[in-house]
Amino acid sequence: MNFRTIEELVLLAEKEGKQISEIMILEEAEASDMTPEQITSRMSLHLDTMEKAVQRGLSEEVISRSGLVGGDARKLQGYLKQGTNVSGKRMLEVVSRAIATNEVNAAMGTIVATPTAGASGVIPGCLFGLSEEMNVDRDQMLRFLFTAGAIGYVIANQSFISGATGGCQAEVGSASAMAAGAIVEMAGGTPGQLAQAVAIALKNTLGLVCDPVAGLVEVPCVMRNAMGAANAMVAADLALAGVTSVIPADEVIGAMYRIGQAMPGTLKETALGGLATTPTGEAIRKKLYNEFPDEDKEDI
Amino acid sequence: MKYRSVFDIIGPAMIGPSSSHTAGAARIGRMARNMLGETPKRADILFCGSFAQTYRGHGTDVAIAGGLMGFDTFDTKIKDALSIAKDVGLEINISTVDLPDEHPNTAWITMSNDKECIKIKGISLGGGKIEIVESGGFDMCLTGDAWTMLVFHRDHYGMIAAIASVLADHRINIGKMEMYRTARGQEALLVIETDQGIDMETSHKISSIQDVGRVSVVPPL
Repeated sequence: MNFRTIEELVLLAEKEGKQISEIMILEEAEASDMTPEQITSRMSLHLDTMEKAVQRGLSEEVISRSGLVGGDARKLQGYLKQGTNVSGKRMLEVVSRAIATNEVNAAMGTIVATPTAGASGVIPGCLFGLSEEMNVDRDQMLRFLFTAGAIGYVIANQSFISGATGGCQAEVGSASAMAAGAIVEMAGGTPGQLAQAVAIALKNTLGLVCDPVAGLVEVPCVMRNAMGAANAMVAADLALAGVTSVIPADEVIGAMYRIGQAMPGTLKETALGGLATTPTGEAIRKKLYNEFPDEDKEDI
Repeated sequence: MKYRSVFDIIGPAMIGPSSSHTAGAARIGRMARNMLGETPKRADILFCGSFAQTYRGHGTDVAIAGGLMGFDTFDTKIKDALSIAKDVGLEINISTVDLPDEHPNTAWITMSNDKECIKIKGISLGGGKIEIVESGGFDMCLTGDAWTMLVFHRDHYGMIAAIASVLADHRINIGKMEMYRTARGQEALLVIETDQGIDMETSHKISSIQDVGRVSVVPPL
């Protein structure tokens, strides 16, 4: 790939007079033996998988293996249809789809990692929640995924995208930054505004730890996906309004890396700290364990 | 650059709940199976770090078992992999260890069939991306991005040339090649990534070269 940083990505797009999504498709074609058409078709399969997960989460009573999460996407949709709400229709359409996808994930359903499974609700939530509202076609939806992918490619190589190495900031934070940038492009913003949205969204999730109750991708993951999607919407609007981040995107990505390095292991997907070790978190873990008495307990 | 494609970021399509602990584990298992050449009869799996602490909640155990039977990340059979393993005669033992200096998502798999026993070490980087970093006592880096051939052999002059010439005869281009050896004239390993697929005939020809031992052909994930 001919870009390693967000700055290089933006400069490349500006120099070529192209959108970030087009740059990503062309760079992928250059780096692989696939044509742009083949690359787009492959992404189209992912888009279908994402759509099915969203639909399943909104239409079925999807309950996780432990029973801790499930049904909240439908609850939010019911609330939205009933009339009055605080955040507005567009925001709740987005957030309910983010929750729907992550509920399907928690139930060991089929999803697309974007960039990870734990954070798999943020990008499809924003995409499918906004696509109807903003009346975009399938081509634009595919572009959304390539734009998000380009941003994620930079973050993954410059920092990290897994909770075990960088905490939740690396998962939901990265997904939120990817979605924020992709929303900006879909809404007609410039590559420069996209970089601002990435910086703003990622700044706001720095330091977020990965502390899953009982080691399950359920609590707080599903709600974190709701937050990640909402944060992406706000960051995109700020950038489209012309607000700029004092700290540029690449430096925010660098800060995320250093924060992740400094984060103790107990807060990096080990279920040894944070929400996992609250009295309720501990009680849930013990209850789940008693249901599986044959498992050895001393290593937990 | 650890992540080389947009599909490393948007993807894989997978069974939840974790790309590192479920999809990554399935891929480590599948790479291990490909290195052995078939589904093993027995696999002793050792988890450390986050894998050790959370493998039950993330389905890491079922995913790695599914991978050892060749299941892809999106195969819904992964959910029932432990019971399917019993049906197909794959014995799985799982244990955990606390090694703070290792990558937080590390799994060792010691697997055997009727003929041999292989030990590998895999790490899961996040987003479904994995690396096999050790096999047969050699440090290495197998990513599953390309066709890869592992040629165990005895170290002496002409070995690389002999192996490369078989590949050239079959019009297979080498993308990357790394040589490891325990000591001069001792056991050595050549890891070759190729642009084209490697067929049975090619690998048989290479394994019939004098002083070549085991040859594994690992297709891309």
